[in-house]
This record gives sequence, C-alpha cells and structure tokens, in this order.
Amino acid sequence: MLQRLRILTQSLRKPKRLLWAGAGVAVAGIAAGLVMMAARNGEPETPGTPASLRLLTQQQYLNTLAYVFGPNVQPNTRFAALPRTSGLLASGAAKAGLTDSQLEMYQKTAAQVAGTITDEASRDYLIPCVPASVDAPDAECARTFISQVAPLLYRRTLPAEHIDVMVTEAGKATEALGNFYDGLSVVIEGILLSPNVLLVAEAAEPDPDHAGTQRLDSWSLATRLSLFLWNAAPDMELLEAARSGALQTRRGLAKQVDRMLASPRLEDGVRSLFDDMFEFENFGALSKDGQIYPTFTGETAVDAREQTLRTVVDHLVARRADYRDLFTTRKTFMSPSLAPIYKVAAQGPGWNPYEFPADSPYSGLLTHVSFQALHSHPGRSSATLRGKALREVMLCQVVPKPPANVDFSAVQNPDGSLKTARERVAFHLENPSCAGCHRITDPMGLSMESFDGAGQFRVQEDGYDIDTTGDLDGVKFTDVVGLGEALRNHPQVPWCMVRRAFAYATGTPSDTSNRRVLEFLSERFADSGYVLPDLLREIALSQTFRKVYQPRVREAHAVPNLTAQSQPAAHSELTASAAP
Amino acid sequence: MNIKNLSRRRVLRGVLNGGVVAVSLPVLDCFLNENGNAYANGAPLPLRFGTWFWGLGGNNAILVPQKTGAGYDIPQQLAPVARVRQHINLITNLTAFRDGEPNLCHFSGWIIGRTGRAPKADVDRPTETIDVTIANEIGRSTRFRTLTASATGDFRNTVSYDNPNAPNPPEISPVEFYTRLFGSGFQDPNSPVFTPSARVMARRSVLSAVMGEIKALEKTVGVTDRERLDQYFTGLRHLEKQFDQQLTKPEPIAACVAPPSISDDPKMGVDVEMVKVRHRMLTDLMAMAVACDQTRVINMAYSNAQANTVKEGYEKPHHTTTHEEAIDAKLGYQPNHAYFASRAIEEWAYFVEAFAKIREGSGTLLDNMLIYANTDHGDARVHSLDEMISFTAGRAGGRVKTGLHIDAKGTGVTRVGYTALRIMGIELPTWGVKSNMTSNHLSEIVA
Repeated sequence: MLQRLRILTQSLRKPKRLLWAGAGVAVAGIAAGLVMMAARNGEPETPGTPASLRLLTQQQYLNTLAYVFGPNVQPNTRFAALPRTSGLLASGAAKAGLTDSQLEMYQKTAAQVAGTITDEASRDYLIPCVPASVDAPDAECARTFISQVAPLLYRRTLPAEHIDVMVTEAGKATEALGNFYDGLSVVIEGILLSPNVLLVAEAAEPDPDHAGTQRLDSWSLATRLSLFLWNAAPDMELLEAARSGALQTRRGLAKQVDRMLASPRLEDGVRSLFDDMFEFENFGALSKDGQIYPTFTGETAVDAREQTLRTVVDHLVARRADYRDLFTTRKTFMSPSLAPIYKVAAQGPGWNPYEFPADSPYSGLLTHVSFQALHSHPGRSSATLRGKALREVMLCQVVPKPPANVDFSAVQNPDGSLKTARERVAFHLENPSCAGCHRITDPMGLSMESFDGAGQFRVQEDGYDIDTTGDLDGVKFTDVVGLGEALRNHPQVPWCMVRRAFAYATGTPSDTSNRRVLEFLSERFADSGYVLPDLLREIALSQTFRKVYQPRVREAHAVPNLTAQSQPAAHSELTASAAP
Repeated sequence: MNIKNLSRRRVLRGVLNGGVVAVSLPVLDCFLNENGNAYANGAPLPLRFGTWFWGLGGNNAILVPQKTGAGYDIPQQLAPVARVRQHINLITNLTAFRDGEPNLCHFSGWIIGRTGRAPKADVDRPTETIDVTIANEIGRSTRFRTLTASATGDFRNTVSYDNPNAPNPPEISPVEFYTRLFGSGFQDPNSPVFTPSARVMARRSVLSAVMGEIKALEKTVGVTDRERLDQYFTGLRHLEKQFDQQLTKPEPIAACVAPPSISDDPKMGVDVEMVKVRHRMLTDLMAMAVACDQTRVINMAYSNAQANTVKEGYEKPHHTTTHEEAIDAKLGYQPNHAYFASRAIEEWAYFVEAFAKIREGSGTLLDNMLIYANTDHGDARVHSLDEMISFTAGRAGGRVKTGLHIDAKGTGVTRVGYTALRIMGIELPTWGVKSNMTSNHLSEIVA
C-alpha cells in the first residue's frame, strides 16, 4: 500500500497537469457547453432528492484516509452513533446533530492522524518533499504537500488564497514549535477539523438540460457517487472529471461510474451498504453468556460479521450472482473461530472458502451465525427478534412495537411444563392484543428455532424436539432451509434491496415521491437478473440521482394567544407550521 | 504570587518559542476560607449537578418504605442505600403522564423525567435533557461542559441530548475515559510546574482559520442545516476554550488527585458482574473529574432502559425476566427481577459514596452537588408509568435537605426535575408540558 501511495504521491507531484490550484469553480459556465443529458429510457420524472448536509461517517472518514495516506493511517476513534433512519444509518447522517464531545473526538482523531503522517517513521513516504531545514519553515515544501492533500480531503479544488492561508499557518506553527514537521502536523489537524471535510454539504445548480430544475454541482455529484460506490471521498480522477465538467455529461458520468464499479474499492462500498442494511453495528455491543455458550467468544462475533460480508461481496460482486440467491446459497467462508459453531472442521488458518453440503441445514444468510446470534438474547434464542429482523431488514417492513401495559402473567411458566419456544410464544398468538404483531414475526421466527442463541444448529430444546414448520406470507415450509427458499422468492426481497440501495446512494430516505423511480429501478434490477452492480449502475446514472431540490423550510407563524387580553408578541414560543 | 494575576497573557509572554515556565505554588490549605465552604478569596465552592440512570425500576413491594420523612424503614431491596441514606432522598409514587400519547415502552417514562415532555413515537427522540439545560448555565467555564458515561458498554446508550438529533455520546471505556480526562490534555491544578504548550498555541491559531470556513458554508445551506452548522461552530468554540484553558495556569484544588492511569478495560459484556466493574471504574473517574473541576455536570447510566443485563448461567436478560418470570406466590414478587434490580440499587449506593468520600472544604464533594436518579418504569412487568421511584443525592451547598423519604402521592415525576432545576439556580416558572407541566417543587427537600 505504501507503494501505491508512492505512486499516488508521484502523480500528485504533477500539479501543473491537474491545475488544482486556481482552477476555480466555474463549473456552471463549463456545463452550459456540454453535451445535454436527456432522461434515460423509461425513467419517470421525479422531483429528485433533497440536497442534504450529511456528516461524514466514521467509515467514510477512515476509508478516505486510507486512500489519501495509505492503510497505516488508521486512527483509533469512535464517532458518535448515527440515528438509524428509515432502516439506514446512512440516512441518519443527513439529520444527525453535533455536540461538543463530537468535536472533541474529531480533534483528537485529527491529532492522531497528523502525528502518524509526520512521524519520523512515515514522513518519507507520506510527505512528497523534504524541507530545506527541519527546524525552519519551508513554504515550498508545505505548499507541495498541502496542495496535493487538501483537495482530496476537501473533495474539490481549493482557491489559491486558501492554500496560502494554510501555508502561512504551517510557517507560523513551525516557527513556534521549532520543527517543520510539527508545524505541518498542526495544519493537518486543522484540515481534518474543517467543516468542509467532516460535513458533506451538497450544492445545487440550475440544470441546463431541464429548465426550472436543479442538479447537484459537479463536486457534489462526485462526492455523492464516491460515497455511494466506495464509501469514501472521490479519488483524483473523479475530482478531475468534476473539475473539467466531464462528469456532467452522459458519457463522462458513465465512464466514471463504470470505472468505479470495476475498481476493487467497490468492495468497500458494497460492504458498507450491507453492514448498514443488516444493522451490523449491533455487533459492537453483542455478547453471549459464556456459561451457556462457551464456544461463542468475542472473536466469534467479529468473524460472524466478516463471514456474511465476505459472502455478500463474493456472491454479488465477484460472482455477479442473483441477489435473491443470497438467501439460499451454501457457499460461504469459514474461519477457525466459526468452525466450532458450525460444527465443521477448521479449514486452516485464516479465512477459507467453504461450501455447506446439500443436506446441511445451513443455507443462505438467514442460517449464518451473524443473523441468528445477532437477533437473539445473550443466553437464549428469540423467535420474535428473528422474525422481526427478517421483516424489517430483508423485506423493509415495519413491525409495530409491543403494546404497553400487557399482563404477561399468562406466559409465566411456574410449573415448567412449556419446554420449547413454540409453546411459550403460543400465548402471543392466542392473545388478541399480541397476535396482530406476533403473527407477523413468529411463524417464520419459530422455524429458526433450530438455531440456539449463539447460532448453533440443534434439533431439540431441553430434550424436546423442535417443530420448525412455518410459513411466510402464505408460503409454507418445514424448516429453515424452506424459509430461505420462501424468502428468496418473496417479491418484496428485491424491492427492499432497491429501496435501501437508493436511499443509501442519495443519503436521504426515499419517500412517496420516489415510488415511481423505485419501481423503474426494480424493473431494471429484475431485467438484469438481480445483479447488484447493475442496480448500482442504474441508480448512479439515473436522472433522479443527480436531480435535487432544496428541502422546504417549514415557516412558523405565531399563534394568537386566545387567553391573553393583549395581542400576542411577535415571536411567541407557541408556533404552528404553515406548511402541511 | 497572586494566582489571579497569573493570566494567560502573562504566562504566554514566557513561552516564546515553546519555552517553559515554572510557577511555584502557595500552600494548599490557604485556598479555602476558615469555614471551609468557600475559597479564600470569597468565591463559593462550585455547585455541580449529576444524573444517574437505571432501567426497569425495582420491586416496589420490597423497595418502598412504609414510613415517610426522616428515619424511614429500609425494606430489603433498599438495603444498600442504608449506608448512604444521610446523603440521599427517596421519592416514591411518582407518575409520568402520557397525555394521550402512546406508552412507548421503556422510552416514555425516563424521557418525561428528563425532558418534561411525553414523546409521541419511538423516533421522537428526547428534546434537550435536564442535564444539558443545567450545563448550559453552569458548565460553560469548565473544560467539559458535561460528561456522560454508560456502564453498558454500548456507546449508543445515552441519557443526555442537546436536541433530538444530537445525543451526547457516552464514555464506555475506562481507558478512553481516563485518557480524555487525565491524559495529555489534563492540567493538574496542583502541579508545581506549569508548562503551557506551544503546540496548543499553534492549534488555537489554526482553529481560528477553520472557524472562518463555517461562514462561507452557511450561505449554501438551508435553515435547518444552518442550525447544525451552528452546532459545529459551537463545538469549535468549545475546542478553542479548551485550548485557552490549557494555556492558563489553573487554580490549585486540594480535592483534586489525578488517579493512577488505567491500561486495561474490563471485559466487554452485559453480565451484572462486568457491568459493575465498568460502572465503578467509570464512576471513580467521573468523581475525580468533578473534584478537579474538569466539569460541573455529569451523567451516568448504569444500564439502558429495557435493561439488558444478564446473570451468568441464567438465560433471560433482565428485561425478559420482568415479563416472563412468575411472581413467586410466597415472596409476592419476581425473584430474578429483584436480583437484577437489587444490583442496580447497590451500584446507586456506590455512585453516591464515590462523591461522598472525596473531601472538599469542611465537607464532601457530594455536599456541593445535586444528583438526580431516575428510571423508565414503575412496574416493568406491565410497563407502568405510575408508582415510579426517583432519588436525589447531595446537599447542593446547603440548598437541599437529605435523609428523607417522600411519598409524591401520584404527582408528576417532573416535580423532581423541576426541583433540581430550581436548586441549581435555573429560574423557571414551570417545567414540562401539558399534564407533566409543574410549578410544584418538592418543598420537603428544599432547605
């Protein structure tokens, strides 16, 4: 990777070719002379999506650092949790606020990164010049470094005067600290604290091809594309396409999208999409009772997450296989810590491809430890949690919360006669206040009782045979393999994938105004044989992806205080929205 | 040397080119007045506020005393509290009013107790919580406006919100918390040598340039997003203030003794034993952070709402236990729920003791604090929002009477929060909305 960085650095040493500094942002003027982009075949007209202000996520930040500085620059950090919104953390980034603590974390992380870059052990690789004297300012060397790195972090070219300010600050800091690298590190910290780096503020411009509508400007389009497909900031080539205006042409956009889809970095994007969609951030707090499940360790949890992500990437990207077959495939990967859970022989050190035999109960993602263990309690399985996750994660449905003030005494088991989960949850299906939701979750959740809370296969619970029959929206099956088949053929599975991918791509949740384009994308997804990279391409090239509008501001008006004798104050605290 | 005259400007004059300034200190004893309740220069000891949270309440049958007032009886589940009863108040029979909104299980109760407002939906995150309201008044002069920690090990479990979209992330790792509090950024107020950092000065200079970028960004975003930019700007100002404090010789503080460094975190997990260890390590750090005046507002969550603590070898987590365990006919309560709840009460007692054992002036650190503890439900088994209990701890510099059990007689849980706000000097005519609105403070505990 350092070699890759050297190559990057060498290419960065050609600022004249790229004309980063002073290139300006006259994209609108350039765009007017470009090839017009007509709506693509069959894509319905939509209002587009909001131009949003997103927080750069922790993984996007780390991926960007890895691209710019190499994989060794990976600070130990923890950004604040994002609010999961309409099924995705990525959508929550568009509304998450900021606190003092978060800025503190940004600063500490920036200091770590700056320290690593300027450390004696790595400066020769990461800084493309050597100062004339290590204990004195060197404006030329500082400018070389900053001019090359800052645009990649700011995701756009920077005006020369902005670079000048940074170079001046580096000089001042060098004088104060008596060391060029220490001075430079302070400026790196400043760059990494910039709101332009840590926030993704999408900018709109009039769309010359569609009068009266707005589209993302080139820089914002490049960033939206890159966060979508690579979960990182744009690379130099993409920024150059933005700077030149090529990205706003059909051919230029397609060229970049195809390049990005063919890049190994697509794996980062796909992993991130599914890590988010599958709610894998919950692995951060997953633990199992060591006495009940002694084989499930912290390493098991880490590997369970990795196993599913490897399977997803291999199936969808490497094999370009049908997305729906993820729920039936027996191909996966095995690690030494997972082998005891699956009760298979270790396949050697590290990760190895593995295929479960045809008569195995392991078939598809639902039978992965990641799904079964994540949606269980620390000391036992949960048919309800698993059924709920299947509905919400794989089918994009919403299962209502349990009602309050329910008397659970009927599920109490003082005589110990109810042995299996099916008997215990039968109460739910008999009680009208519970049955509404539990009929949604339990019939398929109970078929997954063949896995205990750690994801280990079993045929009995407490010495009693487990009944794994069930049904999913009218399709009956006898075991979890049948459930996987039923889910694979459920029409909402690809629809859910399209919905999540679209929301992930645009950074904001889809709403009813997007329904027609989602239907269009679903048809295209089906036509492609449910090949995920093709879906990603359709989304990235769609008119809707780059068409934006400014979110409407809800205008607040004072409500008259009917109990007051005098007229209300102009800025009453009681306000109502004029907008619907 | 007159400490007050040791201004940042004066110190900085001595650090040109990263030089070092050595400052001799006066004897610590002379920092306080003769009564030990104020600094020698007359400034009162600072008043601090804290909150403590635990999920799923308790078993009222063995938790709520029969007698009220001073000298109340100590039922079985309250036993750990006996050793700190002189420092605390117990308020029982409180109600969180839903006002027609759904009872959002494990959500409505604690949010009403900390915001005065019943949430309408699960996605309706808390508005500004009480600790933030108070921190915005009393927390602006310290290194940290507020500190929040959670013993659950899950950094998403927080009880502190600046606004619905800005939760204050909790500390979950004692190692990281130690580093944040007492690592390189800590200025030991009692250190004989003060060395302002030239690097911090340089950072501060660069920060000013970064802040300038906000203004340009503001022009490109809508009103809602402008608020978030304001939050960013406020965060940068907070950093700037921290840098300034690092460049200023702090006043000596006798109670401040930086703890030994922590190199290993306790094992991850939600087993009650693991949670206990984590809770105690975080609590000890937090107590010393307050003693060292690094912050004046703190929050600690022992467990999350809908507590997921487990007992080794017992398959049901606490929350599941409350719903599925039979009420023991002989005992009259759920024994395993009682086990979990008792462990929480034990940790509450530990939390109180951690502040009570630090000497400050003629009393203890806790004497100059008010801590408010609340939970999510009265009877967790049926998700009830009545018969809820709450605690306060500390005498808030003499403003609070302690050692009392108060039967709130079904009145609003917001009365506790409102009382806390008043004691902390937040003059509000009322607090809360609709039925949770109150102007009726707990007069019994106000000195």
